[in-house]
Amino acid sequence: MRLTVLIRPKAGILDPQGEAVQASLSTLGFSVTRARVGRLVDLEIATDDAEAARVEVERMCAELLANPLIESFEVVVEDA
Amino acid sequence: MSEARPRIAVVTFPGSNDDGDARLALELLGAEATTVWHRDTSLPPGTGGVVLPGGFSYGDYLRCGAIARVAPVMAAVRRFADDGGPVLGICNGFQILCEAGLLPGALRPNRQLEFVCADVAVTVESTSTPFTSGCSLGAELVIPVKHGEGCWVADDDLFERVADQIVLRYVDEVNGARDRVAGVSNEGGNVLGLMPHPEHAVDPLLGPTGGVPLLDGLVEAARERASVPAL
Repeated sequence: MRLTVLIRPKAGILDPQGEAVQASLSTLGFSVTRARVGRLVDLEIATDDAEAARVEVERMCAELLANPLIESFEVVVEDA
Repeated sequence: MSEARPRIAVVTFPGSNDDGDARLALELLGAEATTVWHRDTSLPPGTGGVVLPGGFSYGDYLRCGAIARVAPVMAAVRRFADDGGPVLGICNGFQILCEAGLLPGALRPNRQLEFVCADVAVTVESTSTPFTSGCSLGAELVIPVKHGEGCWVADDDLFERVADQIVLRYVDEVNGARDRVAGVSNEGGNVLGLMPHPEHAVDPLLGPTGGVPLLDGLVEAARERASVPAL
């Protein structure tokens, strides 16, 4: 089954990349007051058990995909 | 025994690019520098110190140092560090040690979003590590930096807990690091990570020599460790 992990800089963590994106969007005339840039990981796991897959991916996040000191993560199950 | 050249292992990951200079600098300062490959599962017999060099291990994929910290050699480095062995992480090596949890905090993209390449002055904030035991407190060392992600961060709780583990601080703003932290140690002081490159600052022909005292400290600690019979 397919899952997506969304990884974001934690609240309070400086995100200069997001600030640069926000400034550039403003330059282009878009009304953006804040932008934060994170990362996305698409995963395919050989199981049909959505809950087991979610637990497994959360462990992956804790061990490798996200750094808990600076990043938060969200696991989205794409199909069951 | 004290005249022997202590063996210091320099780890090469795919994408390391300062391993050669690290070996040259260590040899210049009286050590025997030995290359250890990222797939090795043990350090060479008689290893008295370890250097994780600068570079872009595994292309900086995911986060700087995140992939390297699961390399097979890192289990051996962790055992060595846990046993009190001196471990120096330079630049990417610092990032790897933070990702491995051997050092506190994390390294984020520079505040100014620009790669910074310059000789910078740092002050010695702690002399209770083997790397700085030969320095006087507050001494200023000039050492080059060259990095895009050297902004050391820690939240308030962590920062308070590790305040006395801050070993080097930039004199001027360099990358937005909290409290201008340039180098931090573990609780025991035997593991040090820093963004500046001491291995590029050992020969007056090539510029500043602020790296000498730090690497001398490592070589001396490696010598002391090697003179103790292995466990």
